[in-house]
Amino acid sequence: MKNISIDWTDAAAGLVFILFGLLFGVQSLGLEIGTAFRMGPGYFPLVLSGLLLLLGGLIIASSVHDRGSEGVGTLAWRGVFFILLAPIFFGLTVRGLGFVPAIFLTTLIAALASFQMRLHWALALAFGVTIFATLVFSYGLGLPFRRFGPWLPL
Amino acid sequence: MDLFANLSLGFATAASPENLLFCLIGVILGTLIGVLPGIGATATIAMLLPITFQLEPVSSLIMLSGIYYGAQYGGSTTAILINMPGESSSAVTAIDGYQMARRGKAGTALAVAALGSFFAGTVATVLVALFAPPLTVIALKFGAAEYFSLMLLGLVSAIALAHGSILKALAMVVLGLILGLVGTDIYTGAPRFTFGITEYADGLSFVALAVGVFGIAEILRNLEVEQDRTVLTTKLGGLFPSKEDLKLMVAPMVRGTAVGSILGILPGGGAVLASFASYTIEKRLSATPEEFGKGAIAGVAGPESANNAGAQTSFIPLLTLGIPANPVMALMVGAMIIQGIVPGPNVASEQPELFWGIIASMWIGNLMLVVLNLPLIGLWVKLLKVPYHVLFPIIMAFCSIGVYSVNSNVYDLYAVAGFGLMGYVLLKLRCEPAPLLLGFVLGPMLEENLRRAMILGRGDPTIFVARPISLTLLLLTVAVLLVMLLPTIRKKRAEVFVEAD
Repeated sequence: MKNISIDWTDAAAGLVFILFGLLFGVQSLGLEIGTAFRMGPGYFPLVLSGLLLLLGGLIIASSVHDRGSEGVGTLAWRGVFFILLAPIFFGLTVRGLGFVPAIFLTTLIAALASFQMRLHWALALAFGVTIFATLVFSYGLGLPFRRFGPWLPL
Repeated sequence: MDLFANLSLGFATAASPENLLFCLIGVILGTLIGVLPGIGATATIAMLLPITFQLEPVSSLIMLSGIYYGAQYGGSTTAILINMPGESSSAVTAIDGYQMARRGKAGTALAVAALGSFFAGTVATVLVALFAPPLTVIALKFGAAEYFSLMLLGLVSAIALAHGSILKALAMVVLGLILGLVGTDIYTGAPRFTFGITEYADGLSFVALAVGVFGIAEILRNLEVEQDRTVLTTKLGGLFPSKEDLKLMVAPMVRGTAVGSILGILPGGGAVLASFASYTIEKRLSATPEEFGKGAIAGVAGPESANNAGAQTSFIPLLTLGIPANPVMALMVGAMIIQGIVPGPNVASEQPELFWGIIASMWIGNLMLVVLNLPLIGLWVKLLKVPYHVLFPIIMAFCSIGVYSVNSNVYDLYAVAGFGLMGYVLLKLRCEPAPLLLGFVLGPMLEENLRRAMILGRGDPTIFVARPISLTLLLLTVAVLLVMLLPTIRKKRAEVFVEAD
């Protein structure tokens, strides 16, 4: 008698694919499907969504096996928070604050993602990156960024 | 002879001072990235793509390819010195290379790797120059049905290369295909899956996807366990291999080059597969197989030649058909499209400077790597001591600038965060990102050719099997799928990837 167990990692992966399949499938139905001869914008996405649902189902089905589960290991919660915040923050502030302050703060936020980073080192690093990036991208490559934006009383 | 005329045109283009400079920047950046563990060539090219848009198309593609093969070199340096392959294609090199280093022959191992790579690079450059033109002639005969079948073959073969479950890899391809369709439908102008955000009407940013799924997800994974790296501090030993060492490396080098060149051309193939195949072959053929794993020179020379040859010949499907064979080539497609070049058989005839310039630059780049890297090894080793928590904020800053600068679209930055999260979640669920990226790039092309073929066939799907080239490609696709699903092959495949880890 074999020990039957469920690999929850696989099951979750299958579920993620099914959710994506549903998300895109439902929206495809709202588009014009057309015929195989003249396919509408919804035809190919609908086929792919169906395929994704099928594959998701198969992955869940195959997650029940006798090999045991591995688990997902540790999660970098702090990393997820700060790292994902960095580009969003840059997007929100690059026009208002301008390139120079935005990149300084973005680097600082990203640096906070590590437990090993000390604040004064993070500040020094952000300062260095800002100078380098401003010289290379703004002056060197001449990218059309405003260095200081309208939010600042300059 | 056309070949010589073409090659001289290529060398004239590649040897212009500007292009030489960008080639140099590319290989140095590539080596740097290859040396630094935790950030691969795919992520780097994705991040640097935006910067290259300011350059001429030729210069930008020369620099990007330089990063690609430069990273292979750098990856083997860390594999040998600290038993930590900077690139997955150097994973095999770590087995015997690190053992050689522990025996005090680190310098020899590095030199063998560099010479093997250079030899393979030279041969592969000639191969690309020889085989690319006839293939473009065939490719010009391709219609919509053939392209559809070819892309299907490419996508299915890409799965063979992904780690772990075949089902998951298939699902990742399909998810990538759907994500590639986001944006305005080309035939009717109807917006699809844009969630009402007009900024996504032109489709999701390819750079955002690549940076998010490869770059950010990888950074997050590295942040899970923060630990310091230990660098081997023993002396490098003599750099130049002795006569006996040279004799030992010639045959593996030639075989590795052959294996790598063939595997590189196959869709879904490339450097990683090539290095594993070469190691297995060398071990089989060796008179002293017990030496393998304890510092056999053949175990370094073979795979290193193979991965470099594979890296270069994987440009053949890109340059002739416009079909990427691996994620890095998918990025090159992205780079070409943003530069206004449609990748495909017309590149060779319409832009011979670009086509031959890239080919010639590969050889020049390889030469630069040999000349530069051997003396610079000490510097690379020092770089390894830069702690990761200093590196990744810099990477994040450049990611943000890079993604934003493509279109000055802040929504691309939000997409990066979204894709980063998605990539991390999928990574944690043991889904490989490479098939997703390939699917994303091929999604729009696949749909367009499917729809066109169906219109040409007046709604009759037999058009795909009625045309001989298309039928052959489809049969190959089915064969690849069946072979992968065979129980014995599945087991073997699992073993290969276990060795890789």
